[in-house]
This record gives sequence, C-alpha cells and structure tokens, in this order.
Amino acid sequence: MASVNINGNSSALIQVRGLNKTYRRGGEQIQVLQGLNLDVDKGDFVGFMGPSGSGKTTLLNLLGGLDVPSSGTVSVAGDEITHMSSGKLTEWRARHVGFVFQMYNLVPVLTAYQNVELPLLLTRLSRSARREHVETALAIVGLQDRAHHFPRQLSGGQEQRVAIARAIVSDPTFLLCDEPTGDLDRKSADEIMALIEELVSKHSKTVLMVTHDPVVSARAHMVLHLEKGVLVEASKSRQNAMAGGGA
Amino acid sequence: MKFRALILSNLFRKKVRLLLTLGSFAVALFLFAFLAVVRDAFNRGGSLAAANRLVTINRVSIIQPIPLSYRDQIARIPGVQRVTHDNWFGGVYQDEKNFFPQFAIDPENQRQVFSELLVADDQWNAFLKDRQGAIVGASTAKRFGWKIGDRIPIKTTYWGGGAWEFIIEGIYHGRTPQDDETQFWFQWDYFEEHAPESQKGLAGWYTVKLDSPDDATRVAKVIDDEFANSPYETKTETESAFAASWVKQFGNIEFLILVIGSVVFFTLLLVTGNTMAISVRERTGELAILKAIGFKDGSVLLFVLAEALAIALGGGILGLGLAMLAIPVLGASLSGMLPSLILSKSILAAGLGFALLVGATSGLLPGIGAMRLRVVDAFRRI
Repeated sequence: MASVNINGNSSALIQVRGLNKTYRRGGEQIQVLQGLNLDVDKGDFVGFMGPSGSGKTTLLNLLGGLDVPSSGTVSVAGDEITHMSSGKLTEWRARHVGFVFQMYNLVPVLTAYQNVELPLLLTRLSRSARREHVETALAIVGLQDRAHHFPRQLSGGQEQRVAIARAIVSDPTFLLCDEPTGDLDRKSADEIMALIEELVSKHSKTVLMVTHDPVVSARAHMVLHLEKGVLVEASKSRQNAMAGGGA
Repeated sequence: MKFRALILSNLFRKKVRLLLTLGSFAVALFLFAFLAVVRDAFNRGGSLAAANRLVTINRVSIIQPIPLSYRDQIARIPGVQRVTHDNWFGGVYQDEKNFFPQFAIDPENQRQVFSELLVADDQWNAFLKDRQGAIVGASTAKRFGWKIGDRIPIKTTYWGGGAWEFIIEGIYHGRTPQDDETQFWFQWDYFEEHAPESQKGLAGWYTVKLDSPDDATRVAKVIDDEFANSPYETKTETESAFAASWVKQFGNIEFLILVIGSVVFFTLLLVTGNTMAISVRERTGELAILKAIGFKDGSVLLFVLAEALAIALGGGILGLGLAMLAIPVLGASLSGMLPSLILSKSILAAGLGFALLVGATSGLLPGIGAMRLRVVDAFRRI
C-alpha cells in the first residue's frame, strides 16, 4: 500500500525520496514541491488531490520522467530516473509509463486504431503483433467497433477510452492520469473510473491519478493531499475502508 | 515505413494549405526549369563549340565584312587544317515571325569544318550540283513541314532585297540532341551571283579548323597579326569565346537568370518555411504527446523534415512535369528566336535537388523547434 513515509519498504514499485522542485519566475524562486517522500506498491491506485498550484501536476510530471527535480530522487522498479539523460528518459517513458490526460490529447488526423498503435511504433513488434496488441487494448476499453473512427467522430468519453487504450497498449509499469475525468460529464466520468478500476483490479495496473473531484478520488485505494508542496496522507478510500484496509 | 501513416496523415491535415504550398513549389520549379533551359540554350553555343575551331571576324564588328581573299592566307598558316566562310542572310519565310538563321556557305569545306552536323552523302551531292540548292536543319524542316524537293522563297531586306528561291536538297541532323538543327545553308555562288556589287568578294566571317586545340592561341595571334594595319583588321578567338561574346549581346543573361532564380529561391523558402512553422505550431500539443509517450527528439525532427521534403518533392515533380509538357510547346513557338529549348536530365535532377534543398531548409528551423520542445512547457500552453 502507498505511503508518504519512508518505512524501509525497499520492495515498493515507485520510491520517491526528498523530492524538491523549484521554479524561477522572474527573479522569484517558487518552491513547488518540498522534500516529498513516497512509496507506491505494485497494483496501488493512488489519488492525488489538492488546490490549484499545490504541485499535483508537477509531481506527476516528475514521476513520469517528463520533468527533472531540483533535488531528490525518483526510482521506478529499481531504475533511478532522476539522473537519466533526456534520451534515456524518453526510452524509459516508452517502456514504463502510460499517460492519460484531461484533454485526451489524441492525434486528430489518426484513427482510434492508429492513435493506440503509436507507442507500439517505437517497439520492434511486427505489424501483425501490433495489430493484436491494439485490438486487445481497444477490447479492454470496449471500443473494438470504433477502431477506424477519428477522434472527432467519438464522444468525449470514447476519446478518453482511446487515450486509456493508448496508455495501456504497451503494457507499461504504471499509469499516470492527470484529471482523466475533468472534461467529462458525470456518467462518462463514472464509466472512465470504472474502467480505471478494472485496470487495477483485473489487470493489476498501478495507477497514480490527479483529480480535483472528491467523487472520483474516492474510487482510489488511497488519496494523498498536496498542500503547499507537501504531501499529506489523507485517507484510504471508502471501498478499502469497507474492505478492512487500515490507514 | 511504419511511420508512414503518421507522416501522411499530418501532410494531408490541411488540404487547402497543402495544395497552395504544392502550387508554390510547382510554379517555382516550373520557372526554375524554364530559366535553366533558356540559360542552357544561350550557353550551348559555348559548350558545343569545338575546341579546335576558331572564328575570325572583322575587328570592328561581326556585321562588317572581311575579304574572301583572306581565306587562302589563313589556310596557309601552319596548324590550320581547313577554313570555311559564311555570310549571314537574314531573311524570313512568308512572315516576319518565321525567322531562322540562314547562311551562305562554302560548300567545299562546310561539312569538314562542322563535322557534327550530318548530311547524307546523296543529299549533299545533290546540293553541290544545284546552285539554288539548300540544306536545312531537321528542326526547321519540321517546323515548316519542308521536305526534299520543295521550293522555298526566302524574303530578305538585305542583299538587294526581294524573295530568293531555294530548293531543299537535303536535311541535316545534329550528332547530339543539343546540336543546332535550325540553320539553313545555301550555295555561296548563288549568293555572290545575286548580291549587290559592293558585297561581292566579301565574307561575313571565317571558321578555322585546327590540327590541334593546343594551337588555338598561337594561330589566332598569327591570323590577326597577318591582317594588322590592313583596311580589314581581324579579330580571331576560339569558337566558345565567340559564342560567349555573342550571348553577351543580349545582355547579361546569366546574371538576370541568377537574380530571378535567387528571388524565386528565397521567396519559396519564406513561403514554405512559414507554412511549416505554422503547421508545427498548430501541433505543439500533439508533438508533446509523441515525446511524452517515447518518441525521441530526433524522430520528431525527422517527422517535420519528412513532411517538408514530401511537399517539396511533390511540388517539384508537379512543376517539373508541367515544364516537361510546356517547354517543347514554348520552344516551338520561340523557334528561330532562341536556340532550341531542351529540358535535359541534368536540369530535371538539379530542379529536384533545388526543391529538396528548399524543403529541407524550410523544415529545419521548425523541426529543430519541435525537437527542442519541452513536454511540460507544451502541456502548460495547451
């Protein structure tokens, strides 16, 4: 189970130690994250909440290797990513991270199939193997019949499903979801959250999710609050509490 | 190949913009091909000039004659193999626009001096036997639909004026496609017979064939020294130098073409560079996503370059294809005014190279911008 304290859990999938991130805006230094520690186990579903500017997205970017910290380390499955070169980090992201964004960020000129196939183009898989993977991913998100639709021909919920299929198609080590339901109505948001839960429960995916929505965050196994750059362990979700999980 | 769908989809994203950019390339490449063909046509005289031929003209100007008696004196100079003389006729066929070069030639030496212009022996022999006979280049014969045996009136305002009648006895062909096939040759004796008294015994210029090109400088000097301080001083130069000075009479064609070509190049570069920059800027979010999911900086640069090169190649092929269709038509309509316009393989290759250079250059800056794009910065902007 994820923890904001260093408890010597060396088997944690993701280990964050003393993570700091400072931005310079004009002549002013802005400390976004302050000495964060975090352990996330394989199969965890962690939600991050906090007010705007609290550093949620910055933390997600650092965990996903999209940005580098000012100090501190991030290790994933034994690989310390904070000192990797840009090229190595790009390769690492391709192998280990699946991204899901609030605005879906699909390539509009590619079909759903082609969007999902994108991460596989970086692998040595044959065309037929890629097809098999893409069809499987689209089947998991329930969009086999929309494979050849363009994003503009899909609803918001369907676009986000395609984005999730793209995120899981290469079977990454973990998924980073930044406000995955932020642009969806409640019904679609529920469907997307059910899908993410299914990825965790049925497919043993590790998911780290940023959200503003308490209803959405309640679906996570654990919700962590970021306040002024400091991570606070807030609660286990209701489901876990009901299942007898302790804080 | 596996990135083909991504590159092609991006290429066809904005079809109108793509068409306009392709059109810009096509027009520029058409213009490039046309200018190159014109330049080539003007310079061809120099490039086709035989290294072992000299041209001797009146020192004052080519329009001033030189005595026929010089021929034997020139022929005696060591190193001279043959000498032939010509005169410009300057007539037109039926209409002013039907202009082509006509020369009164020295039939004894013409074939030996201009051995690259081929006439069948039987036709040449028929020409020699006919005082009114004429040999015409294949291109001019085709232009006017002339065939052997046709009687052709050529009107002239020089040499006493009026229409001179000739009989086509033969058609010559160039040894290479670049050789000039527009000329019209007729017998010197026929010319002398009809020319005004004041012009008799005078030639327009001499063409001197040497034993060896190495003798060119020496023989040219000997010829000019021979006639120095005479009423008809001469100026002798190699055939290529003569051709080059002939072209200069039309103005600095090379410079003009270079200036127009440069303007076209930079305009095209600005147009396509701007198009590519806009295209990349519109896709900041998508490029960021590609980088987020693992596409390397170099791949992103290559995608942008591939798009720019594909546009350049497509537009280039379109423009050069149009040039291939249009230049023969233009050439036919300008026949006689310009040397034959030939769109050679080297011009086509240079055109494609030019297009690809513009494509690569125009895609480079936006591509580098895309390559350097930081994912987090891009996400902050979208």
